Amino acid sequence: CFSRISADMKYAYELHDIQLALFRLTTKRRFSTSVDSKEMKKFQLLAHKWWDEEGEYSALHSMNDIRVPFIRDTLLNMSSNYHLGNPLSGVKILDVGCGGGLLSEPLGRLGASVTGIDPLEDNIRTADQHKSFDPVLAKRIQYKSSSLEEIVEECMETFDVIVASEVVEHVADLETFIKCCSQALKPEGSLFITTINKTQLSYVLGIVVAEKIIGIVPEGTHEWEKFVPPEELERLLESNGFSVKTVNGMLYNPLSGSWSWMESTSINYAMHAVKSGARGQSSPTDALSEMESEQPSATAGTAI
Amino acid sequence: TSGAMAAVCGRGLLAPLGGRLRAGPRAPLRFVAAAAAPPLYDVVVSGGGMVGSAMAAVLGHDIHFHDKKIALLEAGPRKEYDRMPDSYSNRVSSISPGSATLLSSFGAWDHICSMRLKPFRRMQVWDACSEAMIVFEKDDLDDMGYIVENDVIMSALTKQLDAVADRVEVFYRSRAVGYTWPLPSHSCDTSPWVQIELPDGRRLQTKLLIGADGHNSVVRKEAEIKNIEHQYDQSAVVATLHLSEATDNNVAWQRFLPTGPIALLPLSDTASSLVWSTSHEHASELLAMDEESFVDSINSAFWSNVNHSDLIDTAGAMFRSAISLLRPSGTAVRQLPPSVAKVDPESRAVFPLGMGHATEYVQHRVALIGDAAHRVHPLAGQGVNLGFGDIACLAHHLSAAAFNGSDLGSLKHLLKFETERQRHNVSLIAAIDVLKRLYSTRLAPLVLLRTWGLQATNALPPVKVRI
Repeated sequence: CFSRISADMKYAYELHDIQLALFRLTTKRRFSTSVDSKEMKKFQLLAHKWWDEEGEYSALHSMNDIRVPFIRDTLLNMSSNYHLGNPLSGVKILDVGCGGGLLSEPLGRLGASVTGIDPLEDNIRTADQHKSFDPVLAKRIQYKSSSLEEIVEECMETFDVIVASEVVEHVADLETFIKCCSQALKPEGSLFITTINKTQLSYVLGIVVAEKIIGIVPEGTHEWEKFVPPEELERLLESNGFSVKTVNGMLYNPLSGSWSWMESTSINYAMHAVKSGARGQSSPTDALSEMESEQPSATAGTAI
Repeated sequence: TSGAMAAVCGRGLLAPLGGRLRAGPRAPLRFVAAAAAPPLYDVVVSGGGMVGSAMAAVLGHDIHFHDKKIALLEAGPRKEYDRMPDSYSNRVSSISPGSATLLSSFGAWDHICSMRLKPFRRMQVWDACSEAMIVFEKDDLDDMGYIVENDVIMSALTKQLDAVADRVEVFYRSRAVGYTWPLPSHSCDTSPWVQIELPDGRRLQTKLLIGADGHNSVVRKEAEIKNIEHQYDQSAVVATLHLSEATDNNVAWQRFLPTGPIALLPLSDTASSLVWSTSHEHASELLAMDEESFVDSINSAFWSNVNHSDLIDTAGAMFRSAISLLRPSGTAVRQLPPSVAKVDPESRAVFPLGMGHATEYVQHRVALIGDAAHRVHPLAGQGVNLGFGDIACLAHHLSAAAFNGSDLGSLKHLLKFETERQRHNVSLIAAIDVLKRLYSTRLAPLVLLRTWGLQATNALPPVKVRI
């Protein structure tokens, strides 16, 4: 990767940054700053439950009904190619925090080449095992037990799309996470994030009701302190070379077990951002996209 | 993640699903190395009749199934339909406009139109025990339905299957001899797919098995889905008839006799198809008698008034005048059915009748369509149309699931299909069964009830439209 870096003074600054980052990585290989070991322990216990559609992860299974069309339609709108039967054919996707592969598999079925990463080896084992029965998926999806930083080392600017669904509320350092995403994405690549807002409502519904009263989320899964408000996420993205295109609120109905889109982002929400084309330059398209991000995207809103 | 849910509340609601994810009666296959695994299909349709073939053809023509692998298993040999015989086949179906729309969505209707079919504009249904009559026709004089020979439909479906042969593989002379069901939750090394064994020992695997194998469905039995069934003490006699004189033969006639309904379905201006549901003994008599007596029985069944009684006639007439006061347009003109001159030799056949309804249409990786899911009396001409309705609904849900990258055998969308179709089918099937029983009697009170009921229904547009 480093042979590509020019000696131009303009890039000296970034070279310095990269060298620092490398130094950090080589000395702290197993302690990446985006992975929180406390969080890992929580998911260790549930590593075998991923594929039970009515089990602990039933809400994640039903979330596919809105997040897969969201990703699919956004990407279809941005590209002019369409392969019959394989709408995402030729797209390289990185699924960060893939767990048991719940989101990787539908994306693979739609034709994408998916790399799924998760710090927990048990999750990767479960995911590998599940895809092995379907020869088409087995070829299209690769799983690796690794952190985002480790992947970035090997794969600078390789991915067309990065998906981080229900992950950023569990990472230790969000800004590092976003920087790594930027490094792994091709210019003008897409980043899709779904996560939970940090509001009174999300505390009441997401923690008190969901964990303590109804008990649809195991107690202790979420820490309200780590929830991310969309304004902050947007700020971090924009200041790290991304342009936010879409923000949409999501709502889970525990009675029907299904998700739907809603105007308000006060509980769950989804965000789509695009990495800017030129390195570190603000362009007229950025100003335009600032305006676009004020209006909700037509496709995402009518995905259901 | 926000989605890590131990669905205590959710589980309670989803408890009925637990029963659907059944363990198979046989031991599940241990997963062998990928190289030795049987070929994996996305969808296998078991049963190559009208409904099974149409299901495979619809999926084969769906854009979201462009790269998917579909298989159709048919027990019989491949039938060639190069030349249409001059004489009409005795097995015909009444195709509703909705079914015609489905058939044209993948190009089969064009083939049917280029072969032969008979549209009808009007349906006249009346009672043998009274003058009560109900007429169905569309306001805009559009076609109400089409009478098509089953062979013509099969020929069109075979052509359209050939057109997508790269996606749909048809296995003839391949009645499945065994099915092995996957375990519901993933235990480590068992195959999650349905295993199918063919008579020559070959095995197939599939993500979704669609059972379209008729009212004695093996798929339904092997999946241990309970079926509510009832044999009627009736058989249907079918035959191809020639009319006394050529006429604008665009009306379907049905008269309810105490022994069962007799129907005359137009095939051309000079020919009609007979479907006469009657007791088993009478059916054997009809089959055995010579052609002249057979024709006489048919004419007398349509024309004779021997079953009328004065009481019923008077009561009926009174009711009719009452209606004509309230709703002047509520009584229609009674047309006279054509008389029959001759029957095609060799065209007489008989088959037993019954009703059936599966308690579930779907299970994990299994769906039932057509007669495998529901069997009705032919008196309403709905049998194959219900099957085509099942196809339209299931194909819609599978297409959406494929476009979402979902696992095709997942109960989530299969249950949506089941709910939609059961909601539509159950009331219709129950109504047909009630009608059959109601019209199987000569008892005056019931005759009066159905007479007035029929007259009232004839006068009420909203009810008629629903039918």
